[in-house]
Amino acid sequence: MRLERRSHVPLALAATTPLAAVAAALVLAGAFIALAGVSPLTAYAEMLRGALGSRLSLTEMLTRATPLMLTGLAAAVAFRARVWNIGAEGQFYAGALLAAWAGHSLLAGWPAPLAIALLMLGGMVAGALLLLGPLALRLGFGVDEVVTTLLLNFVVVLFVGLMIEGPLKDPMAFGWPQSVPVPGDLRLPDLVPRSRLHVGLLVALAAAAVVWLINARTVWGREMKAAGLSPRAAAFAGVSLPRTLVGVALLSGGLAGLAGAVEVLGSTGYVTTTLSPGFGYAGIVVAMLAALHPAGVVAAAVFVATIFVGADAMSRATGVPSFIADVIMALALLSMLVALLFTTHRIAR
Amino acid sequence: MTPVLELEAITKRFGPLLANDGISLSLGEGEVLALLGENGAGKTTLMNILFGHYRPDSGEVRVMGRPLLPGRPRAALAAGVGMVHQHFTLAGNLSVLENVMIGSEPLLRFRSRRAEARARLLSLAERFGLPVTPEARVGDLSVGERQRVEILKALYRQARILILDEPTAVLARPEAERLFETLRGMAREGLSVIFISHKLHEVMAASDRVVVLRAGRMVAERATRDTTPAELAELMVGSRVVRPRRDRRASGDVVLEAQAVTLREGETTRLDCIDFTLRAGEILGIVGVSGNGQAALGRLLSGLARPTEGRLLLDGQDLSALGPRTLGRAGLGRIPEDRHAEGVIGDLPVWENATLERLREPAFSSGGFVRRGAARTHAQSLIERFDIRGATPDTRTRLLSGGNMQKLILGRVLASGPRVIVANQPTRGLDEGAIASVHARLLEARAQGAAVLLISEELEEAVGLSDRLQAIVKGRLSAPIAAEEADARRLGLMMAGVWDAQNAA
Repeated sequence: MRLERRSHVPLALAATTPLAAVAAALVLAGAFIALAGVSPLTAYAEMLRGALGSRLSLTEMLTRATPLMLTGLAAAVAFRARVWNIGAEGQFYAGALLAAWAGHSLLAGWPAPLAIALLMLGGMVAGALLLLGPLALRLGFGVDEVVTTLLLNFVVVLFVGLMIEGPLKDPMAFGWPQSVPVPGDLRLPDLVPRSRLHVGLLVALAAAAVVWLINARTVWGREMKAAGLSPRAAAFAGVSLPRTLVGVALLSGGLAGLAGAVEVLGSTGYVTTTLSPGFGYAGIVVAMLAALHPAGVVAAAVFVATIFVGADAMSRATGVPSFIADVIMALALLSMLVALLFTTHRIAR
Repeated sequence: MTPVLELEAITKRFGPLLANDGISLSLGEGEVLALLGENGAGKTTLMNILFGHYRPDSGEVRVMGRPLLPGRPRAALAAGVGMVHQHFTLAGNLSVLENVMIGSEPLLRFRSRRAEARARLLSLAERFGLPVTPEARVGDLSVGERQRVEILKALYRQARILILDEPTAVLARPEAERLFETLRGMAREGLSVIFISHKLHEVMAASDRVVVLRAGRMVAERATRDTTPAELAELMVGSRVVRPRRDRRASGDVVLEAQAVTLREGETTRLDCIDFTLRAGEILGIVGVSGNGQAALGRLLSGLARPTEGRLLLDGQDLSALGPRTLGRAGLGRIPEDRHAEGVIGDLPVWENATLERLREPAFSSGGFVRRGAARTHAQSLIERFDIRGATPDTRTRLLSGGNMQKLILGRVLASGPRVIVANQPTRGLDEGAIASVHARLLEARAQGAAVLLISEELEEAVGLSDRLQAIVKGRLSAPIAAEEADARRLGLMMAGVWDAQNAA
């Protein structure tokens, strides 16, 4: 079997690719569910019910999708310019830590709208700065940013652990390692009353719209894409690679940091080392499933959140371990990579 | 002569395109056959079918009278067919010996027989006059040396029939001549060779027989000694193509000037104290064997490198500090050496490639937002003005042929009315028709008063277009001579680094 490049990618094909990949992943994961002794159809039905079946489950799913949209956008923005930011997890924690710290110490007592805006901005700055280091190492010395961003994740999580066991530790938390909570008036308002869903969802949706606008319509967005597709040709056309990539890093790191700040301000109010169940890494899956398109990121984040929230409910109802969610995720990523190959190539006769 | 290879009525379609239409040909033992045709005539498709990369829609390939299984490169290899691709298929991080051995050893043998392989490689190298160092890393070799490795790889697998796809596209003239000597030597040893080319002088110099393809059809077959370049050109193109000639005209004031410019990158001196002046309405040709600093000169004049010492002046203004875009605004248009790697971004649409370097100008953006309408209109006007075939503003640029891609680049340069044009290898890899049109455009720009710096490894092109010529050798530039004084001997000496030709003679 040989592959040849398609002369053009039909729009219908590009749109159905992620769906096909997801279907393939569900079929493959079904085999594992069957191995656990449960009918895959029953399991998936439970999963859907658990994620979408009631007001509570639906809002819970969207609460989970909110940070995924932001980390997904962070990965999509970076990958489009061939900046391999695997550090969204660390940037998420950097943003979360800054928002939690500044929220209870620096900005307590400030007018709420201003303080919330500043806290979110601060989270973005923290995330952006964290990615700037690896990028500077790449531009200056050719250090592979996959390695540096990935390893920084562990550094940042350990640093968060240090802070919440030490200077930021909440004395009122019965010895639990968590930071002092942000005052209630600086928290993000609820979007749906009597649920955990907060206006962070709107922030994430707005971020997706802004990223789309930047990508598709601005000079900067087109230059980021050109720099990703062909650094040499972009440089020949006068696109400054260092400047463009620094911009990419600020945007990507900023989005991941914003995810952390929004999670603290919207969901928990404080930071712990288990604040993220891997939002940063799942963001990579989200971005790939979305084929790096901002609108796709929103849809893919909802899908991933459905699987994770649904898997918990399914696990309670059927006894299949909820780890199946990770299996589905991994299979979806692999099938998407194969599917992407088939959108740009076809089998040669 | 007994035919070692026969192709019978090969037909291959790609969608609506008929790439090969019932082509039959045969190859004798010890024969060098040239397959001549323009880009897109179906030469490469035919050879890929022969080698098993593609499966023909109908027709048959026979080696030594036995039909070859279609679509199986392994079958072709086993039958003694070796192919040297235009873009080499070597692993840069392995040694020459390892590259040659790869794929020819059983996978499950515990240790490889390096010593034996090395001896065999060296004996082949000696027999066919292809000197190599088995331990050298392929990534460190020049293109000419890599090609030698590719040929040896085929011979090592006991190829009796060697196919070379545009073997000279990446070589400079002297290297190409050496290659053809080697091919003749191999033919004398009983090997049969097919080489693909669109260059007439090569075909005349190196082949026994010529098969001409045009638009997927075989249009003629000639014994090389019974034909002429003129006849072949006509057969190939279907009508007479003449490259435009330069008319005599007075040139104007000095526009671009290099004063004792040196360019060092790390430890290497790429350009060594070069001087030139370029006047309005003239073409200055920089000739030389590839790898003597042409790329560095191109980078310097494209705003991608700054002189380490010396000055570059445009209308008396120092432009050493300018980057690609500011150079463009100062009236300098650039045609890059490698259009695929630098000239265009294949995955972007035509309109973006037409405007990328001017995207920050008010004509194409306002307030940071791209004026897509204006950019598309501009692209459409380039397509019409410069006859870019098969393109709309939204076509992915990758889909254009080499010639049309070059028209896009040329159009984008000329549309802004530059006063200086730096053209680095502007016709490399193009067919006769496209070459003629690029030449016509450059001469037209010259007639309108533009100053053109032409960096070319094609002597014929440089001499035909330039008013004055300078040779580049090891980063140094000779004094200019007028094109009228450029005879083969004088140019040869210049390119060998002997500047004071009068005294030497």
